[in-house]
Amino acid sequence: MSFVETTRPPSAEATKIADFKPSLLQTEEHHLCPGCGESVAIRLVLEVIEELGLAQKNVCVIGHGCYGSFVQIMDVDCTLCLHGRAPAVSTGIKRMRPEVAVWTLQGDGDMTSEGLAEILHATARGEDITCILVNNGVFGDTGGQMTASTVVGQRTKNTLDGRDPDYHGYPIVIGDMVASMQGSAYVARGSVHNAASIAKTKRLIRTGFERQLERQGLSLVEILTMCPTGWFVPTADGADYLMESLGKTYPLGVIKDITKQAEPAD
Amino acid sequence: MREVSRGTLVIDVERCKGCELCIPACPPGVLTMSEQGNKMGYLYPELSPGCTGCTACQQVCPDFVFEVYKYKKAVPTSIDNPETT
Repeated sequence: MSFVETTRPPSAEATKIADFKPSLLQTEEHHLCPGCGESVAIRLVLEVIEELGLAQKNVCVIGHGCYGSFVQIMDVDCTLCLHGRAPAVSTGIKRMRPEVAVWTLQGDGDMTSEGLAEILHATARGEDITCILVNNGVFGDTGGQMTASTVVGQRTKNTLDGRDPDYHGYPIVIGDMVASMQGSAYVARGSVHNAASIAKTKRLIRTGFERQLERQGLSLVEILTMCPTGWFVPTADGADYLMESLGKTYPLGVIKDITKQAEPAD
Repeated sequence: MREVSRGTLVIDVERCKGCELCIPACPPGVLTMSEQGNKMGYLYPELSPGCTGCTACQQVCPDFVFEVYKYKKAVPTSIDNPETT
C-alpha cells in the first residue's frame, strides 16, 4: 500500500487552505492529553476573535482548569483569576474598558461547581461579556472527579459506579439557568465531537461575541468537549461517549437569542 | 481507491498524540494509523491517495498536526505519481 508524502508541502501546484493553527496561537505545542476537545474549542474562539477583528482589543479571563496552560501560548491579553471568579473579574475589566471584548474561558468544574454564584450574578447584572464554558462533566485538571454538571450514570473518579441521583444529586444545567434570567442575551450549546459540530459551534461562538459587541447582555456559549483521560475511555471512543453521556442531558443548539424567538434545539 | 487526489496534507507526526479522532472524521477514509510510533511512542496518521482537501481532519485534530493543501489540478493516484512514496 502506498502512502502520500506528507513531510513537506506538495510539489504540484497547490494552495494552502488550512494552516496548522490559528495565527493567535504562538505555537502548536500544548500540554493537553491525547483526544482532549478543549484545544479545538480554544482554536475556534481564537479564529472567531481574529475574524471579528478583535485580535488587538480583547481580554481573556481564564478560570482554573487544563485550558489554563493556553495562557502561555495564546497571543491575546489574558488574566488568570481565582476558581470560578472569571465572570466577576471580567465585570470589572468590562466596566473600566467598555471598548474591549471581554471573554471568560471556564470549565464546568470552574463555572458550575466553584463559581456558580459568579456566573448567575454576572447574568443578573446583564454584564456585556461572553462566557465560554468547556463542559466535559469532570474536573479534568485534578484527574477526573465529579463536578456539578456530571450527568446521571456517568463514571468518574469518585462516582465509580456512575453518578447516583439518590446519593449525589442531579446535574446543574447551567445553560438553561442562565437562559431563564433576564440579563442574558445569548445562550447556546455546541460540541466538538465531529467536524460538522465544530463548524456549527464556531458560528455559535461568533454570534455570542456579536451580541456582546451589540451591548445586548451576557452571552454564554457552552461547548461539550471530550476528556477521555478523565472518563477512563480510549481516546478514539471519546467522541461517541460524549454524545452518549453528556449529549443526552445537554441537547445542542441555540437556547436563547434575545434578537429573535428561541430556536428549537437541532 | 479513488482515481485522483484533489488535496493533500502536511502531517507533523512528531507532535501527534495518537488519539485517532481523524480516522473516522475523514470522509473519503484515506487516513490510517501507522504501525510504527513517533519519537514519543504514539502511532500517527498516514495519508493514502484520494484526499479531497475537505479539512475535516484539521478541524477535529486537538494537537494541530494537519496542514491542508488543495491542488490546482487534481493529481492522478497512479503508482508513478511523484507525490506518493
